[in-house]
Amino acid sequence: MNKKHRNFSKSVTIINELGLHARAAARIAELAVKAKETIWIIKDGEKIDAASIIDILTLGCSKGAAITFTSDNESDFEIINNIVTLTKKGFGEQ
Amino acid sequence: MSDQELKKETRLAGIGASPGICIGKAYLVHKEGVDIVEKYFIDRENLEREIKRFKTAVKNVTDELREIIENVPEDVRQHTGILETHVALLKDKMLYDKTIETIKNEKVNAEWALKKVVSGIKVLFQDISDSYLKARSDDITHVSDRIIRFLIGTEEINIGSIDKRVILVAKDLSPADTSQIQLDKVMGFLTDRGGKASHTSIIARTLEVPAVLGLGNATQVINNDDRIIIDGTTGIVIIHPTDKTLDEYIELKAGFEERKASLSRGSHLKAETLDGLTLQIMGNIELPEEVVSVLDHGGEGIGLYRTEFQYLARNGFPVEDELFDKYKDVVEVMGMRPVTIRTLDINGDKAITNSGGSDEANPALGLRAIRYCLKRPDIFRTQLKAILRAAAFGNVRILIPMISSIDEVRETKRLLNESADLLAKEGKAYNKKIGFGIMIEVPSAVILADEMAKEVDFFSIGTNDLIQYTLAIDRGNREVSNLYHPFHPAILRMIKHVTDAGKANGIGVFVCGEMAGDPITAVILLGLGIDELSMNPQSIPAVKNMIRSLRVEDAKLLVREALRQTTTLDVIKLVEASLGETLGR
Repeated sequence: MNKKHRNFSKSVTIINELGLHARAAARIAELAVKAKETIWIIKDGEKIDAASIIDILTLGCSKGAAITFTSDNESDFEIINNIVTLTKKGFGEQ
Repeated sequence: MSDQELKKETRLAGIGASPGICIGKAYLVHKEGVDIVEKYFIDRENLEREIKRFKTAVKNVTDELREIIENVPEDVRQHTGILETHVALLKDKMLYDKTIETIKNEKVNAEWALKKVVSGIKVLFQDISDSYLKARSDDITHVSDRIIRFLIGTEEINIGSIDKRVILVAKDLSPADTSQIQLDKVMGFLTDRGGKASHTSIIARTLEVPAVLGLGNATQVINNDDRIIIDGTTGIVIIHPTDKTLDEYIELKAGFEERKASLSRGSHLKAETLDGLTLQIMGNIELPEEVVSVLDHGGEGIGLYRTEFQYLARNGFPVEDELFDKYKDVVEVMGMRPVTIRTLDINGDKAITNSGGSDEANPALGLRAIRYCLKRPDIFRTQLKAILRAAAFGNVRILIPMISSIDEVRETKRLLNESADLLAKEGKAYNKKIGFGIMIEVPSAVILADEMAKEVDFFSIGTNDLIQYTLAIDRGNREVSNLYHPFHPAILRMIKHVTDAGKANGIGVFVCGEMAGDPITAVILLGLGIDELSMNPQSIPAVKNMIRSLRVEDAKLLVREALRQTTTLDVIKLVEASLGETLGR
């Protein structure tokens, strides 16, 4: 449990023309679902579950939007790093 | 609520939009996807089975999608991405887990639970400003529709495939919705919104089935398969009628049908007044098939052929040959009787893409009808050419809607000539010697009627829109629809102004709005000097009957008196008193 005390978060900007669309959201959720605990996405003070495509879509992240991934569990940091890398690469679309 | 309470006789009052009585079972049409999802409760011991039923459906849909993906050829695999996303969406917490939770917590069937969850998700999407992302809620709809189809265990349920005669209950029905309905399966219409001059009302009257509209909450109070009585004459709807009420209405229904039958026996006689004036009585149609109904009811021609239908809810614009075929069908059946084809009265782009939500704040005052057509001469020319070609087969008149200035009339005539020249060049048969008329439905056209009359062969007054634009009343809005009345003194004076201008210039003045189809207002139109009335087919017998019972001199006297009145109520009282006396004789 003591692992939970450290909070870890990383911010990234959406570069895809169409924003964080369904396919991109699916890629994120696919990774996030493997986390030990919930990975959260924060945008403009709104916090949603990264494992739900629908949740991600309802955030409405268009191109240029800044979002933050965060988790309380250290063992999920790698997953966050992977998601951030993927997002930075524009989900392989660019 | 217990079952007993649910079955109690309940009465609702709305706007009687199409006369007649019917007794039947309710069929709810949901606006979203026109599918019907029933709600029922699941016993505690069957909850696990219901959840399993949901899981199985999701698995089936997953397999189905996987199979589709696998069968996509390698080179176009990149397009399967969205299907992969749909597969992922199927198991999304917000959809999958929440539906199971809803089944458990609310003890409802899987279809209903899923529909509820999806509605909740859709609300979240409404706040997204990015229009592309906002439209992603469609992906969720696609996915949930697939699951529901599996759950129900049938093909898509839509109003196109109703297998028994029902009473349609809907929030509102757009022309696109009604174009999907097998109309012969509908014995009556009930809607939450809409008024006497709405599209649903027109359809109902054309089909001669009763309709009560503007009920406010019918879709919430009525359940699928509820037994219902509709009295479209009084606007009363009775849910779960008692045996006593049923007997009462079976008798009323028989009486109504008896009267209708006696009227239609005289429908093929001319509409000649007692003092020898004959009025032309025509029918309004939307579909070529309705021609038969016009002839059956004694119509002497088509006074208004609405042409929007070929543009609704489809991919791409209709081509010239397609339109020509439709028009020719009508023209040929009518022989030498006039067929008045009204050009496109809507915004074609919007109709084609089926984008009901418009970016115009006020579409009734926006880009539609002739304004749209002049802005899209390519689309307009296609229709004009089709009309000119159909004119080679009978007696065609062309009618231009929503004219508000002389320029529009001249520009339309120029395009019509140009279309004829094109046809000549293409070596196609056509006839350009056709009656050219305009709809008088915008107040500016009324004021300029004397000038307009010099440019055209006839006027056709569209009373529905004229009343709407003159009184600034949205006829579909039940908050104000009570203020919508053809006997408003301003309306009577406007029609008088138009008929005077028409007479002075020797052109015909017709009426094709709802006002023509009501026997009482028809008397006023007769007195005002209208030459031709066009109406929904089933109104023809009653109007003809009324005209035959009158002297035109009496109608003129009545109108002279009516034009002196200053309030709607005074006009109504005057007309009722006078007709009560005449008809009582």
